[in-house]
Amino acid sequence: MFYREAGQFKTSYAADQALLPILQDRIGLLLILVVAFVVVPLVGSNFFLGAILIPFLVFSLAAIGLNVLTGYAGQLSLGTGAFMGVGAYACYKLTTYFPDVNIVVHVFVSGVFAAGVGVLFGLPSLRIKGLYLAITTLAAQFFLEWCFVRISWLHNHNDSGAIEVPRRYLGELALTGPTATPTTRYLVILSIVALMTLVAANVLRGRIGRSWMMIRDMDIAAELMGVRPLRAKLSAFAFSSYYCGVAGALLVFFWLGSAEADAFDIDQSFLILFMVIIGGMGSLAGCFMGAAFLWILPIVIRAIPAAFGLDLVPATTEHLSQIVIGVLIVFFLIVEPHGFARLWQLAKEKLRTWPFPYAS
Amino acid sequence: MELLHAIFVAPFVDMFTLPAFLLQVLWEGFVSGVLYALIALGFVLIFKASGVFNFAQGIMVVFAALVLVGLHAMGLPAWLALLATIGVMGLFAISVERFVLRKLVNQPDAILLMATIGLTLIVKGAGQLFFGADTKSMITEELGLPTGSSVWEVFDDIVIFQHIDIAAAVIAILMVAALGVFFSRTRIGRALRAVADDHQAALSVGISLNQIWAIVWFASGIVALVTGIMWGARSDVSFALEIIALKALAVLILGGFTSIPGAIVGGLLVGIGEKLAEVYWGPLVGGGIEAWFAYVLALVFLLFRPQGLFGERIIERV
Repeated sequence: MFYREAGQFKTSYAADQALLPILQDRIGLLLILVVAFVVVPLVGSNFFLGAILIPFLVFSLAAIGLNVLTGYAGQLSLGTGAFMGVGAYACYKLTTYFPDVNIVVHVFVSGVFAAGVGVLFGLPSLRIKGLYLAITTLAAQFFLEWCFVRISWLHNHNDSGAIEVPRRYLGELALTGPTATPTTRYLVILSIVALMTLVAANVLRGRIGRSWMMIRDMDIAAELMGVRPLRAKLSAFAFSSYYCGVAGALLVFFWLGSAEADAFDIDQSFLILFMVIIGGMGSLAGCFMGAAFLWILPIVIRAIPAAFGLDLVPATTEHLSQIVIGVLIVFFLIVEPHGFARLWQLAKEKLRTWPFPYAS
Repeated sequence: MELLHAIFVAPFVDMFTLPAFLLQVLWEGFVSGVLYALIALGFVLIFKASGVFNFAQGIMVVFAALVLVGLHAMGLPAWLALLATIGVMGLFAISVERFVLRKLVNQPDAILLMATIGLTLIVKGAGQLFFGADTKSMITEELGLPTGSSVWEVFDDIVIFQHIDIAAAVIAILMVAALGVFFSRTRIGRALRAVADDHQAALSVGISLNQIWAIVWFASGIVALVTGIMWGARSDVSFALEIIALKALAVLILGGFTSIPGAIVGGLLVGIGEKLAEVYWGPLVGGGIEAWFAYVLALVFLLFRPQGLFGERIIERV
């Protein structure tokens, strides 16, 4: 009864083509943004910001990248971790060579390098589909991981092979490095993620996004209708890798503070793939839900035995957490293969008629 | 010019100036190729019969080996532990079929793949929980497998053959032969081939899909157990084995997803190619080529022959 567009008339084409046509949606999003930008920094503890919200945002961005490639364009990819790594190392080298330029600019530029690498490893998608393509992205994953370790220029010939984030400032405010507060880092990441989500939402409902979805549904039919597969597939790889690259740069520079090559290994790729699947392939909101679920769940699982007074070794809770996540993934695939996003859609459908039991 | 010489000439010169070493490298590659082929065999069995790409095959290898070693450590004699492990793999097959596969009939391939990835997590967590994450040694002698090595003198130099490697090759060949006979001569084998061809037609002839799937996962579990024993005998049982199993994906690409001889040939190609590349071309780039060589080889192969050497041609209908 309350979540209906009855009475909301559009009087211009621009209003008709708005991203969020229903007023209730716009109010909801505004509330979320106000809570995220204003309320959380004021009341959130450093732990909550630094260990829960910041990783959640970083993984959401990476999940958006992978969802664009796998959910919207239908190209299964297992190389997400490596593309994140490319972004991270590119940002590191850029800030090494141009230390005076603002770090946020470097973050955005590093995505371009990741996009380039993504296009390169996406070239086989023109001949190969489905599971076979997943294996070629595995080739990208392992090869790039090897590059991160072997090409010592990437980590400034550091003996340990790790990259250490230098202190960067915006005027007087510390953005990265040990002196940057979680609040600052959180707000920077939030702004970047919000902006990039807006861009992704608009690209996905535009011409390019529709061409990706056409390729996903039936690429031969799409080609017959005039969608050029080369452009569509490579642009999907480029766009997706850009997002993963920026996410990788954010991961190292604004969350971890330092990283080794194994922060971008195959386990990272699988983690983001699970987030996309559980959140819902082909849904932007699903990325956030999947990232929240898969990041918060292990923390909750680890906290449960302590809450019950059971004294378990951390290794045991880790293994239990793995088992539970595995069971949940299988459970979700059986019960709702379209993920949380579908559940949210169903909830909104029910909301339309609430509190009445049926729609007229 | 220097670089071209280093890539195209120098390694071959190295190969032929030390022929005994080349034989040694080829033998090592052959043995690891045989083991990759065994893992790939497990994949092929399941893919042929149910169209499911079983990502959990690698962890099944580790799990089977762990159960065997764990049961023996609890006091069971080796032969009894072996039988019990076969029983455990059977139970695993039945429960996977009952709780996972049956609920996911007719779902797209990606969903089934993700389900097996979820299965991998479950088995990995459970394995680490019950058996511990530390490395264990395989009960090679108790199982009756030979240890020690022989030396063959050739080309003024020696080549060393580990007995366990020879045993691994022989057992793998026997296993492939047994599977070949099983598929072509027995009733169940024919039923498996029927299911692989067309599920609905098999159902209409009266073949129970659920039973067949349970049987094929069980067969795959046996293959995983043999692989686990052989691999554990060469280099101890640990969860690092799972990453090696990912190499089997590259093997499958080369050989074709639905072909048993393809798995063997692909495995040998990957095993030998990897070792040669690592030993003769590796030093040029600082080593570590083994991590990605198999995948890049598969990638190049895919561009020219997407179905693999022995696979069925991929026909797309619009």
